Amino acid sequence: MKITDKEVRYVAALANLTLTEDEIGRMVHDLDEILTHIDKLNELDTSAVEPMAQVLYDADETATLRADVEQPSLTNEAAVANAVKSGAGYYKVPLVIER
Amino acid sequence: MSSAIAAPPDLIAKYEPVIGLEVHVQLATNTKIFCGCATSFGAPPNTNVCPVCLGLPGALPVLNRRAVEMAIKAGLALNCTVNRRSQFARKNYFYPDLPKGYQISQYDLPVAEHGWVEVEVGGVKKRIGITRVHMEDDAGKSIHDGFRDSDKYTYVDLNRSGTPLIEIVTEPDIRSSDEAYAFLTELKQILQYQECSTCDMEKGHLRCDANVSVRLKGAEKFGTKAEVKNVNSFRFVKLALDYEIERQVAVVDGGGRILQETRLFNPDTGETVGMRSKESAHDYRYFPEPDLVPLRISEEWMDEIRQDMPELPQARRARYMADFGLREYDAGVLTATRATSDFFEAVSKAAGDPRAAANWVMGDLMGALKAENKEIAESPVSAQNLGELIALIGKGEISGKLAKEIFAKMLSTGEAPRAIMEREGLKQISDSGALEKIVDQVIASNPKQLEQYRGGKTTVLAFFVGQVMKATRGQANPAAVNELLKAKLG
Repeated sequence: MKITDKEVRYVAALANLTLTEDEIGRMVHDLDEILTHIDKLNELDTSAVEPMAQVLYDADETATLRADVEQPSLTNEAAVANAVKSGAGYYKVPLVIER
Repeated sequence: MSSAIAAPPDLIAKYEPVIGLEVHVQLATNTKIFCGCATSFGAPPNTNVCPVCLGLPGALPVLNRRAVEMAIKAGLALNCTVNRRSQFARKNYFYPDLPKGYQISQYDLPVAEHGWVEVEVGGVKKRIGITRVHMEDDAGKSIHDGFRDSDKYTYVDLNRSGTPLIEIVTEPDIRSSDEAYAFLTELKQILQYQECSTCDMEKGHLRCDANVSVRLKGAEKFGTKAEVKNVNSFRFVKLALDYEIERQVAVVDGGGRILQETRLFNPDTGETVGMRSKESAHDYRYFPEPDLVPLRISEEWMDEIRQDMPELPQARRARYMADFGLREYDAGVLTATRATSDFFEAVSKAAGDPRAAANWVMGDLMGALKAENKEIAESPVSAQNLGELIALIGKGEISGKLAKEIFAKMLSTGEAPRAIMEREGLKQISDSGALEKIVDQVIASNPKQLEQYRGGKTTVLAFFVGQVMKATRGQANPAAVNELLKAKLG
Protein backbone atom coordinates (compact mmCIF):
# COMPACT_ATOMS: atom_id res chain seq x y z
CA MET A 1 0.00 0.00 0.00
CA LYS A 2 1.33 3.43 -0.99
CA ILE A 3 -1.11 5.40 1.08
CA THR A 4 -2.59 4.81 4.50
CA ASP A 5 -6.02 5.32 5.90
CA LYS A 6 -4.58 8.01 8.16
CA GLU A 7 -3.17 9.99 5.24
CA VAL A 8 -6.49 9.92 3.43
CA ARG A 9 -8.26 11.26 6.52
CA TYR A 10 -5.63 14.01 6.84
CA VAL A 11 -5.92 15.13 3.20
CA ALA A 12 -9.72 15.00 3.40
CA ALA A 13 -9.64 17.21 6.48
CA LEU A 14 -7.36 19.73 4.73
CA ALA A 15 -9.82 19.81 1.82
CA ASN A 16 -12.77 20.28 4.18
CA LEU A 17 -14.30 16.99 3.03
CA THR A 18 -16.35 14.74 5.24
CA LEU A 19 -15.99 11.14 4.06
CA THR A 20 -17.84 8.09 5.28
CA GLU A 21 -15.84 5.02 6.35
CA ASP A 22 -16.90 3.42 3.10
CA GLU A 23 -15.63 6.35 1.04
CA ILE A 24 -12.33 6.39 2.91
CA GLY A 25 -11.80 2.76 1.96
CA ARG A 26 -12.52 3.54 -1.68
CA MET A 27 -10.19 6.59 -1.64
CA VAL A 28 -7.35 4.53 -0.18
CA HIS A 29 -7.82 2.03 -2.99
CA ASP A 30 -8.13 4.62 -5.80
CA LEU A 31 -5.27 6.82 -4.62
CA ASP A 32 -3.11 3.76 -4.22
CA GLU A 33 -3.69 2.84 -7.85
CA ILE A 34 -2.95 6.41 -8.98
CA LEU A 35 0.29 6.46 -7.02
CA THR A 36 1.26 3.09 -8.46
CA HIS A 37 0.74 4.51 -11.92
CA ILE A 38 2.87 7.56 -11.05
CA ASP A 39 5.62 5.16 -9.98
CA LYS A 40 5.42 3.63 -13.41
CA LEU A 41 5.85 7.11 -14.99
CA ASN A 42 8.77 7.78 -12.67
CA GLU A 43 10.68 4.97 -14.34
CA LEU A 44 11.40 7.41 -17.16
CA ASP A 45 14.52 9.49 -16.73
CA THR A 46 13.32 13.11 -16.95
CA SER A 47 16.31 14.69 -15.23
CA ALA A 48 17.21 16.64 -18.38
CA VAL A 49 13.67 17.91 -18.95
CA GLU A 50 12.52 21.23 -17.54
CA PRO A 51 9.41 20.77 -15.38
CA MET A 52 6.33 22.07 -17.18
CA ALA A 53 3.51 23.53 -15.14
CA GLN A 54 1.66 24.94 -18.13
CA VAL A 55 1.54 24.01 -21.79
CA LEU A 56 0.40 27.44 -22.95
CA TYR A 57 3.59 29.36 -23.42
CA ASP A 58 6.55 29.43 -25.66
CA ALA A 59 7.31 33.15 -25.90
CA ASP A 60 10.11 35.34 -24.50
CA GLU A 61 7.56 37.42 -22.73
CA THR A 62 4.19 36.44 -21.35
CA ALA A 63 1.64 37.72 -23.81
CA THR A 64 -1.36 37.27 -21.57
CA LEU A 65 -1.13 40.34 -19.38
CA ARG A 66 -3.79 42.98 -18.97
CA ALA A 67 -3.41 46.76 -18.90
CA ASP A 68 -4.07 48.38 -15.53
CA VAL A 69 -7.41 49.75 -16.65
CA GLU A 70 -10.56 49.64 -14.59
CA GLN A 71 -13.46 47.52 -15.85
CA PRO A 72 -17.02 47.68 -14.56
CA SER A 73 -17.62 45.65 -11.41
CA LEU A 74 -20.80 43.87 -10.42
CA THR A 75 -23.44 45.82 -8.55
CA ASN A 76 -23.71 45.05 -4.87
CA GLU A 77 -27.13 43.46 -5.47
CA ALA A 78 -25.67 41.10 -8.09
CA ALA A 79 -22.61 40.37 -5.94
CA VAL A 80 -24.62 39.16 -2.96
CA ALA A 81 -27.60 37.76 -4.94
CA ASN A 82 -26.59 34.14 -4.48
CA ALA A 83 -25.30 34.45 -0.94
CA VAL A 84 -26.95 32.16 1.57
CA LYS A 85 -27.19 35.13 3.87
CA SER A 86 -26.41 38.80 3.37
CA GLY A 87 -27.10 42.12 4.99
CA ALA A 88 -25.99 45.78 4.78
CA GLY A 89 -24.24 44.89 1.53
CA TYR A 90 -22.09 42.23 3.18
CA TYR A 91 -21.96 38.45 2.98
CA LYS A 92 -22.95 37.00 6.31
CA VAL A 93 -21.31 33.75 7.36
CA PRO A 94 -21.54 31.67 10.52
CA LEU A 95 -19.50 33.24 13.28
CA VAL A 96 -15.77 33.01 12.72
CA ILE A 97 -13.72 33.00 15.87
CA GLU A 98 -10.43 34.74 15.13
CA ARG A 99 -7.87 32.01 14.90
CA MET B 1 -1.48 35.94 29.75
CA SER B 2 0.15 39.01 31.26
CA SER B 3 2.09 36.75 33.59
CA ALA B 4 5.23 36.79 31.41
CA ILE B 5 8.16 37.27 33.73
CA ALA B 6 10.14 40.39 33.02
CA ALA B 7 13.82 39.86 32.34
CA PRO B 8 16.25 42.43 33.75
CA PRO B 9 18.38 44.32 31.20
CA ASP B 10 21.65 42.67 32.26
CA LEU B 11 20.08 39.27 31.58
CA ILE B 12 18.74 40.36 28.19
CA ALA B 13 22.23 41.60 27.36
CA LYS B 14 23.54 38.03 27.60
CA TYR B 15 21.28 37.02 24.76
CA GLU B 16 21.16 37.88 21.11
CA PRO B 17 17.82 38.18 19.30
CA VAL B 18 17.57 36.82 15.78
CA ILE B 19 14.84 38.48 13.75
CA GLY B 20 13.49 38.03 10.25
CA LEU B 21 10.65 40.06 8.80
CA GLU B 22 7.88 39.30 6.34
CA VAL B 23 6.42 42.48 4.93
CA HIS B 24 3.26 42.59 2.84
CA VAL B 25 3.03 45.66 0.65
CA GLN B 26 0.03 46.75 -1.39
CA LEU B 27 1.05 47.77 -4.90
CA ALA B 28 -0.21 51.16 -6.12
CA THR B 29 -2.12 49.90 -9.16
CA ASN B 30 -5.51 51.22 -10.23
CA THR B 31 -6.97 47.75 -10.52
CA LYS B 32 -6.67 44.37 -8.85
CA ILE B 33 -3.97 41.86 -9.69
CA PHE B 34 -6.09 39.42 -11.70
CA CYS B 35 -9.17 41.45 -12.71
CA GLY B 36 -10.22 44.98 -13.67
CA CYS B 37 -11.97 45.88 -10.39
CA ALA B 38 -10.79 49.10 -8.74
CA THR B 39 -8.48 48.93 -5.73
CA SER B 40 -9.93 52.15 -4.27
CA PHE B 41 -10.19 52.35 -0.50
CA GLY B 42 -13.45 53.04 1.30
CA ALA B 43 -15.96 51.98 -1.38
CA PRO B 44 -19.30 50.59 -0.13
CA PRO B 45 -18.96 46.86 0.72
CA ASN B 46 -18.88 44.36 -2.14
CA THR B 47 -19.04 46.91 -4.95
CA ASN B 48 -15.49 46.55 -6.33
CA VAL B 49 -16.03 42.89 -7.08
CA CYS B 50 -16.48 40.64 -10.12
CA PRO B 51 -16.59 36.91 -10.83
CA VAL B 52 -12.76 36.67 -10.72
CA CYS B 53 -12.20 38.22 -7.29
CA LEU B 54 -15.35 36.60 -5.91
CA GLY B 55 -13.93 33.23 -6.93
CA LEU B 56 -17.02 32.29 -8.94
CA PRO B 57 -16.75 29.02 -10.85
CA GLY B 58 -15.23 29.32 -14.31
CA ALA B 59 -13.82 32.82 -13.86
CA LEU B 60 -10.22 33.10 -15.07
CA PRO B 61 -7.51 35.37 -13.70
CA VAL B 62 -5.45 37.59 -16.05
CA LEU B 63 -2.32 39.15 -14.60
CA ASN B 64 -2.04 42.96 -14.34
CA ARG B 65 1.02 44.13 -16.29
CA ARG B 66 1.52 47.18 -14.09
CA ALA B 67 1.56 45.04 -10.94
CA VAL B 68 4.35 42.96 -12.47
CA GLU B 69 6.32 46.10 -13.31
CA MET B 70 5.99 47.37 -9.76
CA ALA B 71 7.08 44.02 -8.32
CA ILE B 72 10.11 44.02 -10.61
CA LYS B 73 10.97 47.59 -9.63
CA ALA B 74 10.75 46.64 -5.98
CA GLY B 75 12.99 43.64 -6.62
CA LEU B 76 15.60 45.71 -8.46
CA ALA B 77 15.51 48.49 -5.87
CA LEU B 78 16.12 45.87 -3.16
CA ASN B 79 19.18 44.62 -5.08
CA CYS B 80 17.52 41.32 -5.97
CA THR B 81 17.98 39.09 -8.97
CA VAL B 82 14.80 39.23 -11.03
CA ASN B 83 13.84 35.80 -12.30
CA ARG B 84 13.17 35.88 -16.03
CA ARG B 85 10.68 33.11 -15.48
CA SER B 86 8.53 32.89 -12.39
CA GLN B 87 5.49 30.88 -11.52
CA PHE B 88 2.29 31.42 -9.61
CA ALA B 89 1.11 28.79 -7.16
CA ARG B 90 -2.03 28.08 -5.19
CA LYS B 91 -1.82 28.25 -1.44
CA ASN B 92 -4.82 26.33 -0.20
CA TYR B 93 -6.72 27.12 2.98
CA PHE B 94 -10.29 27.78 4.05
CA TYR B 95 -11.48 31.09 5.40
CA PRO B 96 -14.64 33.07 4.59
CA ASP B 97 -12.71 36.09 3.31
CA LEU B 98 -10.88 33.87 0.80
CA PRO B 99 -13.65 33.00 -1.65
CA LYS B 100 -11.55 30.91 -4.04
CA GLY B 101 -10.43 28.59 -1.26
CA TYR B 102 -6.83 29.38 -2.19
CA GLN B 103 -4.58 32.38 -2.44
CA ILE B 104 -2.70 32.85 -5.71
CA SER B 105 0.87 33.39 -4.59
CA GLN B 106 4.36 32.39 -5.69
CA TYR B 107 6.23 29.53 -4.10
CA ASP B 108 9.30 27.92 -5.60
CA LEU B 109 9.81 30.50 -8.35
CA PRO B 110 9.27 34.02 -6.95
CA VAL B 111 9.60 37.08 -9.16
CA ALA B 112 12.80 38.24 -7.40
CA GLU B 113 15.25 36.90 -4.81
CA HIS B 114 18.68 37.24 -3.16
CA GLY B 115 18.81 40.97 -2.47
CA TRP B 116 19.78 43.28 0.38
CA VAL B 117 19.02 46.62 2.00
CA GLU B 118 21.58 48.71 3.80
CA VAL B 119 20.55 50.20 7.13
CA GLU B 120 22.36 52.39 9.61
CA VAL B 121 21.87 52.04 13.35
CA GLY B 122 23.95 54.01 15.83
CA GLY B 123 26.36 55.07 13.09
CA VAL B 124 27.02 51.47 12.01
CA LYS B 125 26.05 50.41 8.50
CA LYS B 126 24.79 46.91 7.91
CA ARG B 127 23.21 44.90 5.14
CA ILE B 128 19.98 43.04 5.75
CA GLY B 129 19.54 40.22 3.27
CA ILE B 130 16.33 39.93 1.24
CA THR B 131 15.43 36.28 0.72
CA ARG B 132 12.71 36.88 -1.81
CA VAL B 133 10.04 39.15 -3.23
CA HIS B 134 6.92 37.42 -4.46
CA MET B 135 3.57 38.54 -5.84
CA GLU B 136 0.20 37.46 -4.49
CA ASP B 137 -3.42 38.51 -4.15
CA ASP B 138 -4.90 39.83 -0.93
CA ALA B 139 -7.91 38.31 0.85
CA GLY B 140 -11.14 40.14 1.65
CA LYS B 141 -12.05 41.56 5.03
CA SER B 142 -13.92 39.84 7.83
CA ILE B 143 -15.79 42.07 10.23
CA HIS B 144 -16.31 40.39 13.57
CA ASP B 145 -18.18 43.06 15.45
CA GLY B 146 -20.20 46.24 15.22
CA PHE B 147 -23.39 44.76 13.80
CA ARG B 148 -26.59 44.02 15.69
CA ASP B 149 -26.19 40.29 15.02
CA SER B 150 -22.40 40.17 15.28
CA ASP B 151 -22.82 37.54 18.00
CA LYS B 152 -24.22 35.20 15.33
CA TYR B 153 -22.58 36.24 12.08
CA THR B 154 -19.29 37.39 10.65
CA TYR B 155 -19.69 40.01 7.92
CA VAL B 156 -17.50 39.69 4.84
CA ASP B 157 -16.49 42.46 2.42
CA LEU B 158 -14.62 41.24 -0.65
CA ASN B 159 -13.61 44.64 -2.07
CA ARG B 160 -10.03 43.99 -0.96
CA SER B 161 -10.04 40.47 -2.38
CA GLY B 162 -7.60 40.34 -5.29
CA THR B 163 -5.67 43.50 -4.37
CA PRO B 164 -2.07 43.12 -5.61
CA LEU B 165 0.55 42.56 -2.92
CA ILE B 166 4.20 41.80 -2.82
CA GLU B 167 5.59 39.92 0.12
CA ILE B 168 9.15 40.80 1.01
CA VAL B 169 10.93 38.23 3.16
CA THR B 170 14.22 39.06 4.88
CA GLU B 171 17.01 36.76 5.97
CA PRO B 172 17.27 36.31 9.76
CA ASP B 173 19.90 39.08 9.75
CA ILE B 174 18.25 41.53 12.13
CA ARG B 175 19.69 41.64 15.65
CA SER B 176 17.65 44.30 17.46
CA SER B 177 14.32 46.06 17.40
CA ASP B 178 16.16 49.23 16.35
CA GLU B 179 17.56 47.44 13.30
CA ALA B 180 14.08 46.20 12.45
CA TYR B 181 12.75 49.75 12.73
CA ALA B 182 15.58 51.13 10.56
CA PHE B 183 15.02 48.40 7.98
CA LEU B 184 11.30 49.10 7.71
CA THR B 185 11.90 52.84 7.44
CA GLU B 186 14.42 52.32 4.64
CA LEU B 187 12.19 49.78 2.89
CA LYS B 188 9.21 52.11 3.00
CA GLN B 189 11.28 54.97 1.59
CA ILE B 190 12.62 52.80 -1.24
CA LEU B 191 9.16 51.57 -2.22
CA GLN B 192 7.70 55.06 -2.11
CA TYR B 193 10.53 56.37 -4.30
CA GLN B 194 9.80 53.68 -6.85
CA GLU B 195 6.12 54.52 -6.57
CA CYS B 196 5.45 50.82 -6.05
CA SER B 197 3.28 51.58 -3.06
CA THR B 198 2.05 54.51 -1.04
CA CYS B 199 2.93 52.42 2.05
CA ASP B 200 0.01 54.03 3.88
CA MET B 201 -0.03 52.00 7.09
CA GLU B 202 -3.38 53.31 8.25
CA LYS B 203 -4.94 51.80 5.16
CA GLY B 204 -3.03 48.56 5.67
CA HIS B 205 -0.79 49.10 2.64
CA LEU B 206 2.18 47.83 4.60
CA ARG B 207 1.76 44.98 7.09
CA CYS B 208 4.52 43.29 8.97
CA ASP B 209 5.04 39.87 10.56
CA ALA B 210 8.21 39.17 12.55
CA ASN B 211 9.97 35.88 13.27
CA VAL B 212 11.85 36.16 16.53
CA SER B 213 14.15 33.86 18.45
CA VAL B 214 16.87 34.40 21.03
CA ARG B 215 20.17 32.61 21.65
CA LEU B 216 23.04 33.10 24.07
CA LYS B 217 25.57 35.51 22.62
CA GLY B 218 28.21 33.58 20.74
CA ALA B 219 25.97 30.56 20.18
CA GLU B 220 25.72 29.38 16.59
CA LYS B 221 22.45 27.56 16.63
CA PHE B 222 19.26 29.58 16.29
CA GLY B 223 16.69 29.27 19.05
CA THR B 224 13.10 28.20 18.37
CA LYS B 225 11.25 31.08 16.77
CA ALA B 226 7.84 32.54 17.41
CA GLU B 227 6.01 34.51 14.74
CA VAL B 228 4.50 37.83 15.77
CA LYS B 229 1.69 38.67 13.37
CA ASN B 230 0.08 41.74 11.89
CA VAL B 231 1.82 44.54 13.64
CA ASN B 232 0.48 47.60 11.93
CA SER B 233 2.88 50.42 12.72
CA PHE B 234 6.68 50.65 12.84
CA ARG B 235 6.52 51.81 16.44
CA PHE B 236 4.42 48.75 17.34
CA VAL B 237 6.95 46.51 15.56
CA LYS B 238 9.62 47.87 17.86
CA LEU B 239 7.42 47.50 20.95
CA ALA B 240 6.30 43.99 19.97
CA LEU B 241 9.88 42.88 19.33
CA ASP B 242 11.14 44.35 22.60
CA TYR B 243 8.39 42.55 24.48
CA GLU B 244 8.90 39.28 22.65
CA ILE B 245 12.69 39.34 23.15
CA GLU B 246 12.26 39.96 26.86
CA ARG B 247 9.62 37.23 27.13
CA GLN B 248 11.78 34.67 25.34
CA VAL B 249 14.89 35.50 27.36
CA ALA B 250 12.88 35.05 30.56
CA VAL B 251 11.53 31.68 29.38
CA VAL B 252 14.85 30.35 28.07
CA ASP B 253 16.86 31.58 31.04
CA GLY B 254 14.36 30.01 33.38
CA GLY B 255 15.08 26.67 31.71
CA GLY B 256 11.84 26.70 29.72
CA ARG B 257 11.25 26.03 26.03
CA ILE B 258 9.96 28.45 23.41
CA LEU B 259 6.98 27.05 21.54
CA GLN B 260 7.02 27.44 17.80
CA GLU B 261 3.80 29.38 17.55
CA THR B 262 2.05 32.42 16.14
CA ARG B 263 1.55 35.28 18.54
CA LEU B 264 -0.55 38.42 18.22
CA PHE B 265 0.61 41.81 19.45
CA ASN B 266 -1.87 43.70 21.58
CA PRO B 267 -1.14 47.41 21.28
CA ASP B 268 -3.24 48.20 24.37
CA THR B 269 -1.13 46.08 26.70
CA GLY B 270 2.13 46.12 24.69
CA GLU B 271 2.24 42.31 24.99
CA THR B 272 2.25 39.45 22.54
CA VAL B 273 -0.21 36.64 23.15
CA GLY B 274 -0.02 33.11 21.76
CA MET B 275 -2.80 31.98 19.44
CA ARG B 276 -4.17 28.46 19.54
CA SER B 277 -2.15 26.66 16.91
CA LYS B 278 -3.79 24.13 14.65
CA GLU B 279 -1.86 21.05 13.63
CA SER B 280 -2.59 21.49 9.96
CA ALA B 281 -2.20 25.26 9.90
CA HIS B 282 0.95 25.17 7.83
CA ASP B 283 0.06 22.53 5.28
CA TYR B 284 -1.03 24.69 2.36
CA ARG B 285 -0.57 22.06 -0.35
CA TYR B 286 1.05 24.48 -2.76
CA PHE B 287 0.87 23.55 -6.40
CA PRO B 288 1.43 25.48 -9.66
CA GLU B 289 -1.56 27.68 -10.58
CA PRO B 290 -2.96 26.03 -13.72
CA ASP B 291 -5.02 29.10 -14.69
CA LEU B 292 -1.96 31.28 -15.24
CA VAL B 293 0.95 30.80 -17.59
CA PRO B 294 4.39 31.18 -16.06
CA LEU B 295 5.52 34.79 -16.00
CA ARG B 296 8.22 35.44 -18.58
CA ILE B 297 10.06 38.74 -18.61
CA SER B 298 11.99 39.72 -21.74
CA GLU B 299 15.25 41.66 -21.81
CA GLU B 300 13.48 44.57 -23.54
CA TRP B 301 10.84 44.79 -20.84
CA MET B 302 13.49 44.72 -18.13
CA ASP B 303 15.31 47.59 -19.87
CA GLU B 304 12.12 49.60 -20.08
CA ILE B 305 11.49 49.10 -16.37
CA ARG B 306 15.07 49.98 -15.40
CA GLN B 307 14.88 53.24 -17.34
CA ASP B 308 11.72 54.17 -15.53
CA MET B 309 13.33 53.80 -12.09
CA PRO B 310 14.42 56.91 -10.21
CA GLU B 311 17.66 57.14 -8.28
CA LEU B 312 17.30 55.61 -4.81
CA PRO B 313 17.23 57.75 -1.67
CA GLN B 314 20.64 56.57 -0.44
CA ALA B 315 22.24 57.49 -3.77
CA ARG B 316 20.53 60.88 -3.71
CA ARG B 317 21.73 61.60 -0.19
CA ALA B 318 25.30 60.79 -1.21
CA ARG B 319 25.03 63.00 -4.30
CA TYR B 320 23.60 65.96 -2.37
CA MET B 321 26.52 65.77 0.03
CA ALA B 322 29.21 65.31 -2.63
CA ASP B 323 27.92 67.62 -5.37
CA PHE B 324 25.99 70.25 -3.45
CA GLY B 325 28.06 70.30 -0.29
CA LEU B 326 25.02 69.71 1.91
CA ARG B 327 25.36 68.35 5.42
CA GLU B 328 24.27 64.76 6.04
CA TYR B 329 21.31 65.86 8.14
CA ASP B 330 20.08 68.28 5.47
CA ALA B 331 20.56 65.68 2.72
CA GLY B 332 18.44 63.32 4.84
CA VAL B 333 15.64 65.86 5.27
CA LEU B 334 15.59 66.69 1.56
CA THR B 335 15.42 63.01 0.51
CA ALA B 336 12.89 61.93 3.15
CA THR B 337 10.27 61.49 0.45
CA ARG B 338 10.55 61.40 -3.29
CA ALA B 339 8.17 64.36 -3.56
CA THR B 340 10.43 66.48 -1.34
CA SER B 341 13.54 65.39 -3.17
CA ASP B 342 12.08 65.99 -6.64
CA PHE B 343 10.79 69.40 -5.50
CA PHE B 344 14.17 70.37 -4.09
CA GLU B 345 15.95 69.35 -7.29
CA ALA B 346 13.57 71.40 -9.41
CA VAL B 347 14.06 74.45 -7.15
CA SER B 348 17.80 73.96 -7.22
CA LYS B 349 17.84 73.77 -11.01
CA ALA B 350 15.75 76.92 -11.44
CA ALA B 351 17.74 78.78 -8.78
CA GLY B 352 21.16 77.69 -10.01
CA ASP B 353 22.22 77.51 -6.37
CA PRO B 354 21.64 74.18 -4.57
CA ARG B 355 22.63 75.41 -1.13
CA ALA B 356 20.33 78.41 -1.23
CA ALA B 357 17.62 76.13 -2.61
CA ALA B 358 18.18 73.72 0.30
CA ASN B 359 17.87 76.55 2.83
CA TRP B 360 14.67 77.91 1.31
CA VAL B 361 13.03 74.49 0.94
CA MET B 362 13.91 73.30 4.45
CA GLY B 363 13.34 76.66 6.11
CA ASP B 364 10.72 78.99 4.68
CA LEU B 365 8.83 76.51 2.53
CA MET B 366 8.64 73.54 4.92
CA GLY B 367 7.87 75.88 7.80
CA ALA B 368 4.99 77.47 5.92
CA LEU B 369 3.64 74.09 4.77
CA LYS B 370 3.87 72.63 8.24
CA ALA B 371 1.95 75.58 9.67
CA GLU B 372 -0.86 74.80 7.24
CA ASN B 373 -0.57 71.03 7.62
CA LYS B 374 0.19 70.58 3.94
CA GLU B 375 2.34 68.10 2.06
CA ILE B 376 5.00 69.37 -0.32
CA ALA B 377 2.88 68.15 -3.23
CA GLU B 378 0.23 70.67 -2.15
CA SER B 379 2.68 73.58 -2.01
CA PRO B 380 1.06 76.76 -3.35
CA VAL B 381 4.53 77.89 -4.42
CA SER B 382 5.78 75.89 -7.39
CA ALA B 383 9.38 74.66 -7.48
CA GLN B 384 9.98 76.78 -10.60
CA ASN B 385 8.74 79.96 -8.91
CA LEU B 386 10.73 79.37 -5.73
CA GLY B 387 13.82 78.75 -7.85
CA GLU B 388 13.24 82.02 -9.72
CA LEU B 389 12.88 83.90 -6.45
CA ILE B 390 16.24 82.56 -5.28
CA ALA B 391 17.80 83.44 -8.64
CA LEU B 392 16.54 87.03 -8.26
CA ILE B 393 18.40 87.33 -4.95
CA GLY B 394 21.50 85.85 -6.55
CA LYS B 395 21.36 88.44 -9.32
CA GLY B 396 21.02 91.24 -6.77
CA GLU B 397 17.62 92.27 -8.08
CA ILE B 398 16.04 91.87 -4.68
CA SER B 399 17.36 91.76 -1.14
CA GLY B 400 16.90 88.77 1.12
CA LYS B 401 14.41 90.77 3.15
CA LEU B 402 12.38 91.71 0.10
CA ALA B 403 12.50 88.08 -1.02
CA LYS B 404 10.82 87.00 2.21
CA GLU B 405 8.10 89.55 1.61
CA ILE B 406 7.57 88.33 -1.94
CA PHE B 407 7.65 84.71 -0.76
CA ALA B 408 4.81 85.40 1.69
CA LYS B 409 2.76 86.76 -1.21
CA MET B 410 3.67 83.77 -3.38
CA LEU B 411 2.37 81.50 -0.64
CA SER B 412 -1.03 83.16 -0.63
CA THR B 413 -1.44 83.76 -4.37
CA GLY B 414 0.73 81.09 -6.01
CA GLU B 415 2.02 83.75 -8.41
CA ALA B 416 5.49 83.98 -9.94
CA PRO B 417 7.87 86.33 -8.11
CA ARG B 418 8.25 88.68 -11.08
CA ALA B 419 4.50 89.13 -11.37
CA ILE B 420 4.30 90.13 -7.70
CA MET B 421 7.29 92.47 -7.99
CA GLU B 422 5.81 94.23 -10.97
CA ARG B 423 2.34 94.56 -9.53
CA GLU B 424 3.54 95.81 -6.16
CA GLY B 425 6.45 97.82 -7.50
CA LEU B 426 8.78 95.78 -5.32
CA LYS B 427 11.98 96.06 -7.22
CA GLN B 428 15.29 96.44 -5.52
CA ILE B 429 16.81 99.84 -6.16
CA SER B 430 20.44 99.29 -7.12
CA ASP B 431 20.63 102.19 -9.50
CA SER B 432 23.07 104.56 -7.83
CA GLY B 433 21.44 107.70 -9.25
CA ALA B 434 18.10 106.92 -7.65
CA LEU B 435 19.69 105.75 -4.43
CA GLU B 436 21.94 108.80 -4.18
CA LYS B 437 18.96 111.09 -4.08
CA ILE B 438 17.40 109.18 -1.20
CA VAL B 439 20.70 108.94 0.67
CA ASP B 440 21.19 112.68 0.37
CA GLN B 441 17.72 113.32 1.72
CA VAL B 442 18.24 111.00 4.68
CA ILE B 443 21.55 112.63 5.57
CA ALA B 444 20.10 116.11 5.27
CA SER B 445 17.16 115.37 7.55
CA ASN B 446 19.29 113.83 10.31
CA PRO B 447 21.95 116.44 11.16
CA LYS B 448 22.36 115.21 14.75
CA GLN B 449 23.31 111.71 13.69
CA LEU B 450 25.57 113.11 11.00
CA GLU B 451 27.46 115.05 13.65
CA GLN B 452 27.77 111.92 15.80
CA TYR B 453 29.13 109.94 12.88
CA ARG B 454 31.65 112.56 11.94
CA GLY B 455 32.59 112.78 15.60
CA GLY B 456 33.78 109.17 15.40
CA LYS B 457 30.65 107.23 16.39
CA THR B 458 30.66 105.10 13.25
CA THR B 459 28.01 102.73 14.62
CA VAL B 460 25.46 105.36 13.61
CA LEU B 461 25.94 104.03 10.07
CA ALA B 462 23.41 101.35 10.86
CA PHE B 463 20.88 104.05 11.71
CA PHE B 464 21.37 105.67 8.31
CA VAL B 465 21.09 102.32 6.50
CA GLY B 466 17.85 101.69 8.37
CA GLN B 467 16.49 105.10 7.39
CA VAL B 468 17.29 104.53 3.73
CA MET B 469 15.69 101.11 3.79
CA LYS B 470 12.62 102.60 5.44
CA ALA B 471 12.43 105.37 2.85
CA THR B 472 12.62 102.78 0.05
CA ARG B 473 10.26 100.31 1.73
CA GLY B 474 13.09 97.81 1.95
CA GLN B 475 13.78 97.90 -1.73
CA ALA B 476 17.23 99.45 -1.67
CA ASN B 477 20.16 97.14 -2.31
CA PRO B 478 21.78 97.08 1.16
CA ALA B 479 25.32 96.70 -0.19
CA ALA B 480 24.91 99.68 -2.51
CA VAL B 481 23.39 101.76 0.31
CA ASN B 482 26.27 100.94 2.62
CA GLU B 483 28.82 102.00 0.06
CA LEU B 484 27.05 105.20 -0.85
CA LEU B 485 26.56 106.20 2.78
CA LYS B 486 30.19 105.57 3.66
CA ALA B 487 31.32 107.73 0.77
CA LYS B 488 28.91 110.56 1.57
CA LEU B 489 29.35 110.55 5.34
CA GLY B 490 33.12 110.12 4.96
